[in-house]
Amino acid sequence: MKSIIKLCCATGILLGLFSCKNTSQSSLPIYGEREAVEKNIDGKQVVDTVYHTIPAFKFLNQDSVMITDKDFEGKVYIANFFFTHCPSICPTMNRNLLKIYTQYKDNDAVRFLSHSIDFKYDQPYVLKDYANKLGVSNDHWQFVSGTKADIYGIANQYLVYTAEDKNAPGGYDHQGYLVLIDQDKRIRGAYDGTNDEQVKKLMNDLPKLLNEAKN
Amino acid sequence: MRTILKACFTIGCLLLALIGCQNEIDIKTAQYSVNGQKVYIAHCQNCHGEKGEGLGNLYPPLTDTNFLDKNHQKLACMIKYGSTGELEVAGKKFNNTMPASNLSAIDIAYVLTYINTKINKRKEIFSLADVEKQLKNCQ
Repeated sequence: MKSIIKLCCATGILLGLFSCKNTSQSSLPIYGEREAVEKNIDGKQVVDTVYHTIPAFKFLNQDSVMITDKDFEGKVYIANFFFTHCPSICPTMNRNLLKIYTQYKDNDAVRFLSHSIDFKYDQPYVLKDYANKLGVSNDHWQFVSGTKADIYGIANQYLVYTAEDKNAPGGYDHQGYLVLIDQDKRIRGAYDGTNDEQVKKLMNDLPKLLNEAKN
Repeated sequence: MRTILKACFTIGCLLLALIGCQNEIDIKTAQYSVNGQKVYIAHCQNCHGEKGEGLGNLYPPLTDTNFLDKNHQKLACMIKYGSTGELEVAGKKFNNTMPASNLSAIDIAYVLTYINTKINKRKEIFSLADVEKQLKNCQ
């Protein structure tokens, strides 16, 4: 009888440990389209899931230096789309992103990437001036510009809507998402950068993703 | 006895009138400020922030009361027609363009009252007449 009780206890403790481990692990979803691929690993047929990833990119940054996806390799980063003289959502979005940047700017595992959708006006020197005035003090937050096709094309890959629209304030229409990308270039979250609740959620999710990256 | 009653009555009336007047001003200020909050959220908050804190060196704060007092006569024009060139606010230099809002005189009076009484916790209302007068003299 005693041994049965002991066994029960042991199982209970094990279960407890197991469930604890489960809750502490990151459980951020992976967004975008996915497909199942059959692979041959060590002579066995295995089904693996291929997730949507951000493709290779190349943009001119605020220092007129060409930066590529290689600069973000192995990093967790937050991407967004804005333009410097945007009168609507951008100031609020970047005010919120600045709060996160201030907290993580010295963390080498984290990067920030803002794309300008105003391909006519936002030249590197305009972006440099904007970054300085915003209070960005190191190169962990990059501000990039490119051709309309390149920038609007990559926006689609981040699942963010962008468009040139004469009727929108400032001439461009776009969504204010802060998109969270993991070290394998997969989309793990999209948060409305103008909504305090969602920005808080991003601040909660970012450490989870960093923990996951460490394991 | 009668004189005392009379005196009480007059003093009472005077007091009531005084309080009544005061309330009317308070109600008007409150009304301006409530309407001003709507204008503020729609036209100002994105750049200047929920509490008028501004953003870095991009957008100046609205909490420098010295600046507000010094430029009292220009504020309505700045809001209506925008502002360019260098400004010194709260000890920092700003050199960005503020777009024209083209707000009506009454909306400008509302929003200036909101900025003065809610964001800066002061008492003074910006009256419609005052704003209209300022707008006539914009440069």
